[in-house]
Amino acid sequence: MSLVNYATREITCKIVYYGPGRSGKTTNLHYVYGQVPDERKGKMVSLATQTDRTLFFDFLPLDLGTISGFTTRLQLYTVPGQVYYQATRKLVLQGADGVVFVADSQARQLDENIESLQDLHANLGNQGMDPRTVPLVLQYNKQDLPRDMIMSVDDLDEALNFRGVPRFAADALHGVGVFETLRGIAELVLKRLASPAEAGSR
Amino acid sequence: MPLDPRSRFDTFVVGAANRLAVSAARAVAQSPGAAYNPLFIYAPSGLGKTHLLSAIGQLAKQLQPDLQVEYITTDELVEQLHQAVTRGETEAFRQRLAELDVLLLDDVQFLTGRQETQSELLRLFNVLQRSGKQIVLTSDRPPAEIADLDDRLMTRFSGGLLVDMGAPDYETRVAILRRRCDERDVTFAPGVVEEVARVVFANVREMQGAINRLIAFQTLGEGDVTVESIRGLLGDRANGGGPQRLTPKSGEYESFLSGLAVAVAQHIDARRVKLVESTAEWRTQGYRTAALERALQNAETADPDALLKEYEEKVTRLRALEQEIVALDPSQRGSVQFRDPEAIDDLERLAEMLRAESSPPPPPDASLVRAEFEVGPSNQLAVHAADAIVEEPGLRYNPLVIHGGPGVGKTHLLHAIGNELLAASGGAMTIACVNASDFVNELIAALQDSAIETWRGRYRRVDALLIDQIEMFAGTERTQDEFFHLFNTLTEAGKQVVLTSSRAPRTLTEMDERLRSRFEGGLVVEMQPPDRLLREKLIARQLAAAGVTPAPDVLHAAAGLELPTARDVLRVGERLAEMAMHSRGRLTSADVSRVTAVRRSTPVHRATPSGDTPFGDREKTVWDWPDLSGRIIEDLR
Repeated sequence: MSLVNYATREITCKIVYYGPGRSGKTTNLHYVYGQVPDERKGKMVSLATQTDRTLFFDFLPLDLGTISGFTTRLQLYTVPGQVYYQATRKLVLQGADGVVFVADSQARQLDENIESLQDLHANLGNQGMDPRTVPLVLQYNKQDLPRDMIMSVDDLDEALNFRGVPRFAADALHGVGVFETLRGIAELVLKRLASPAEAGSR
Repeated sequence: MPLDPRSRFDTFVVGAANRLAVSAARAVAQSPGAAYNPLFIYAPSGLGKTHLLSAIGQLAKQLQPDLQVEYITTDELVEQLHQAVTRGETEAFRQRLAELDVLLLDDVQFLTGRQETQSELLRLFNVLQRSGKQIVLTSDRPPAEIADLDDRLMTRFSGGLLVDMGAPDYETRVAILRRRCDERDVTFAPGVVEEVARVVFANVREMQGAINRLIAFQTLGEGDVTVESIRGLLGDRANGGGPQRLTPKSGEYESFLSGLAVAVAQHIDARRVKLVESTAEWRTQGYRTAALERALQNAETADPDALLKEYEEKVTRLRALEQEIVALDPSQRGSVQFRDPEAIDDLERLAEMLRAESSPPPPPDASLVRAEFEVGPSNQLAVHAADAIVEEPGLRYNPLVIHGGPGVGKTHLLHAIGNELLAASGGAMTIACVNASDFVNELIAALQDSAIETWRGRYRRVDALLIDQIEMFAGTERTQDEFFHLFNTLTEAGKQVVLTSSRAPRTLTEMDERLRSRFEGGLVVEMQPPDRLLREKLIARQLAAAGVTPAPDVLHAAAGLELPTARDVLRVGERLAEMAMHSRGRLTSADVSRVTAVRRSTPVHRATPSGDTPFGDREKTVWDWPDLSGRIIEDLR
């Protein structure tokens, strides 16, 4: 699938929200969905368990209309964060143009964050994608929680952002940082158009 | 019609949807006739076509105040034409339009069902384009979708640049509305303009109507318009139903979109976008664009510009092939292959086959050569002109019209030109050398066989057209019309045209005025009755051919005979040669007197040069019977 199809004048980006369980990936998608004007709303597909955990994945097709003459669509996916859904994560990651890693800012979730980030790198590698060049942004979610429960942005940078990718503090439940994150990843993805050599084997 | 002074380029808001159209329009205004000719702009109603036309006219006038610029709607053109026809001033009407430097014709979709205007427009197109004048057209649809539009007009409309304009995006809408407020010197509360821009209107005109309404409310003292009051003021339009809100009130999604739009614009390869646009344009015109589409799918396409150029060259070739093949075989008209650049090889083969099958137009008579054409003061101007066009066919004197009385050698010179052109090109040129009455007869035969296209194609392919005795076109309306178009096609393509006539072109009153003026537009030379030097040369050659070397006094006496035509001189030469045979090669001045006596007592009829005729008076002998059959059939037609 090509990202920019000049022939049909379409831009289609697949963006995958990755991260540990309960970090707020689906919440991001719900907030975006809520802000989209009705006539632009696709159908959000969410396969959740009875306790509202993502069982399979969420899928939000986002039709942005015509931008610079191109019909632009973002396909937002989430992966199930729980460790035992490894196969699903691999599947969803296939063909991704960009990844948003949603980290849970709570101090006690640090290990889960690190584990999930390592899992992401491993899975990207397995898909034949170079984790160093795949467009990636970090979102430090739940920054609205009491200071004593969470790690600061700097601490999280120290712990997770060793590549220095763009990162965004967020409170996905209330929409803080959600669109900033989405725009951040979309720009990174688009930037790769300008330097297709870096796109490598995509 | 006058141009609207408010509709200028600086008052036109440019957005992604109309950028191409605006830059093309600007280029046209800056150098009329040079950039894109014609420029055809199409867009749904109310998106600024007329504004652009007006802007072109004003900028062109501003840069070159002497330019004759005319803006006219198609309806108005139809009306003016009708009036001109009614008043019998068609020619003046044509003349006026033909003098324009820039023609801005609005709403050409209304040409549907206006056959007369279409043919007038076709004529005007030819005139204006030939003289490098700019034509800009607008329509609410592309040329191919204009119902019953003449094919020739359609190809002309599509022959320059075809651009469309789309509905403006949100940012452009805001910019348009803000400009309107500035013009009217009105300031709305923050958010009002943006809110209006979010309402979906069918076009810009309606949106401007809405803002005008708000401006009226605000300035007529009803209190300031607020974001909340817009819906009430604009009525149904802003409340569900037809119009829809594009975005929620919260600006978050919207600012995300506009940020993304900037990123998209930055990262898209403009050359590939152009490739896409051109591809779409070609597709609109019905061309197969498989090659371009493959290139688009392929991320590695090295140079979209080169690819596009190559494609355009192929389309140009396709058009030429289409024209040629259809002319040779009208049943091929409309073949889909003419729209498929990948079929070019097949078409080349087909054209070659058809060329081989079709009979070439009549060539010059190989026996009438330049080497045997004697030159004297009475015909040297014509001969010099003939030599000049053989050197540079199509460039020096086009058309060359040679006129003079019968028997002075026009036909010989005409065929000699044809033979020289053939020789100079190594036989590569296709030369049509034909008598006017044969030309008429061929046309009539073609009409009978419904093979008019084949007939046209046959002549349109020639590199030089040489027609003898064009005065024979008198009274042949259809022939004159066909000849007019043929003449234009050939001279436009730089092909040489040479004509002979028994009278000066301006006195050919039975010919259409447009033809006469075209004849006068080249070089008109007269061949006089043979002068003394020429007579001497002709007789000497005639005698030399018979192996006789006359004494100088004999030649002097023979050349002294005042004969009206070269034909007569040759006849005298012939008689003298015969006498010389009987007198073993010896001729005296007395022989010359005898020849003269015979000549005087026996007016020679062409068919019986030495026989007796019942007419003592030469004036009563008809020397050149016109070929009446063609004229009679033409009259009956």
